[in-house]
Amino acid sequence: MSRTWVTLTSGPEPTVAEDAGYGQAPARKGFFTDTSVCIGCKACEVACKEWNHVPEDGLTFTGNSYDNTQALGADTWRHVAFVERSVPPALDHDGGGLVGSREGVQWLMSSDVCKHCTHAACLDVCPTGALFRTEFGTVVVQQDVCNGCGYCVPACPYGVIDQRKEDGRVFKCTLCYDRIGHDQTPACAKACPTESIQYGDLDDLRLRAAERLETLQAQGVTDAQLYGESPDDGVGGAGALFLLLAEPEAYGLPPDPVVTTRDLGRMWRDVGLAAVGIAVGLAGAFAGRRP
Amino acid sequence: MTEPSGGPAVSSPPPSLRRRRRDRDIVVPEAEFTSYYGAPILKAPTWEALDVAGYLFLGGLAGASSGLAAGAGLSRRPGLARVSRLGAAGAITVSLVALVHDLGRPLRFYNMLRIAKVTSPMSMGSWLLSGYAPLALASAASDVTGIAPVLGQAAGIGAAALGTGVATYTAALVADTATPAWHDAHRHLPFLFAGSATAAAGGLGLLAAPLAESGPARRAAVGGAAVELAVTEHLKQTIGLSAEAYERGKAGRLMKAAEVLTGAGAALAAVSSRSRLLSRVAGASLVAGSVATRFGIFEAGVESARDPRYVVVPQRERLEARRTTTA
Ligand code: SF4
Repeated sequence: MSRTWVTLTSGPEPTVAEDAGYGQAPARKGFFTDTSVCIGCKACEVACKEWNHVPEDGLTFTGNSYDNTQALGADTWRHVAFVERSVPPALDHDGGGLVGSREGVQWLMSSDVCKHCTHAACLDVCPTGALFRTEFGTVVVQQDVCNGCGYCVPACPYGVIDQRKEDGRVFKCTLCYDRIGHDQTPACAKACPTESIQYGDLDDLRLRAAERLETLQAQGVTDAQLYGESPDDGVGGAGALFLLLAEPEAYGLPPDPVVTTRDLGRMWRDVGLAAVGIAVGLAGAFAGRRP
Repeated sequence: MTEPSGGPAVSSPPPSLRRRRRDRDIVVPEAEFTSYYGAPILKAPTWEALDVAGYLFLGGLAGASSGLAAGAGLSRRPGLARVSRLGAAGAITVSLVALVHDLGRPLRFYNMLRIAKVTSPMSMGSWLLSGYAPLALASAASDVTGIAPVLGQAAGIGAAALGTGVATYTAALVADTATPAWHDAHRHLPFLFAGSATAAAGGLGLLAAPLAESGPARRAAVGGAAVELAVTEHLKQTIGLSAEAYERGKAGRLMKAAEVLTGAGAALAAVSSRSRLLSRVAGASLVAGSVATRFGIFEAGVESARDPRYVVVPQRERLEARRTTTA
């Protein structure tokens, strides 16, 4: 694929590591999180914190089902969402009680993580180059370069990356860059007892996700849907894809995220026009005759 | 909406959303939107309003003032030239301090010049500022000291050229984010910022330059204010749900204040060419209007990132629209 502004900022980009300058890159790595087998044990959250030395970030009681972690952030790189909501019993699925119960309560768990976007806004807007694309196609912050400008924080369309206030720099999931370079599975996937979190080559994971979706649909789980699997989506496909059992926003995921840099070409053009506008306008202001 | 209602995860749209729909005459059922316990989806900027909204204003004031200063210098209006040069130099100095202060690791500010990156408006802006600030400072220093007037004039012209970029790139800086109120306004902000910067620079000229030389400042102020007000109005009409972020709460109050101050300042500027006092009042009102505009835009962005409605509702609509066309 030719490296043009358009292909580098939106749409499918199969050679993401090569486009970032790696001559010979290993297969792109990612996560497939199959929420249909998540039991909400939070082993992933704990394993991530342990392996990555992520500090404790408050022990709050939220009242939001079993979720006291609340959201991804600088000190939470895996977050298990607990969706607990009433459903009319008629919507219950027979055969396994997979997504509901006869009492009319739907209980969904999903372990969220950085999407390691194909077109990662955090990386695109980072002015120092602290955020970079690894040879595995993942997105990682170089902590010795980050100067805490915070630009990546509002740029991420999923609200993943954040600043650690007392430190000043930004932090997020590295997809265990230090493990996968040694053929080790990332800590969260390693600790997951149900294989809800699967790690591997992104191409394989996409196939696995599609198969799993087919199986579930055949079993009558009609709400099952994939999230982040399509290279045609707004971020060119995520490196971390999900199988969800409800619409994405129920889990706190944006339903149709688009990388902001897709529109940056037009923004630069308009900035240029506006700058010329100031020059012309000011010249006009001096054109009048002096009193 | 495919999901059943009830439970903590579903919220009704507030009354204003319903009104907006009716205004546009779209015949759709009242949409509820689903969220995760009403929690934000996006992260609001970590930036301090005083630092960053302050910089949006000061950068605009500086950039456009350099343009006004160059014109004043070339047309032999030494009073206006000095005021604008000093204004630009002062504003950009405070800007640089604010920008470094806002960093999580201020001592690493120099990493901003580690690379140059077109996809990062902040990177482009850092390079722009490194070119602009020395020129603006040199131009002011030469004016005040009388040393090297020709070089000072040349520096001033360079600052004027780069200043148009300094005053406008900040629009891309905020619009190139996922923050709904900023990104959705990406077609408007460059022109809005250009208008607001020009109005502020003209305002400063009216405030502090001799009355006899204030003609160009007056015309710049009126023109800039007109552009700013017109673009802001168009923005509110056309960007959809995100427009509400500019109309409610703190952002709404700031935007209202901006409209009043800018409008009144421009009107007064247009008729006060014989009164030193009224010109000053007009100038102060325009400068204050530009401050309110920038803080209003900043707050609108923060608010739109905190409320999942601004993320879910338009994205869900987009998704459903796409599904209907493909089906
Ligand atoms: S999800 Fe956010 S933080 Fe992760 S790569 Fe994408 S833009 Fe960056």
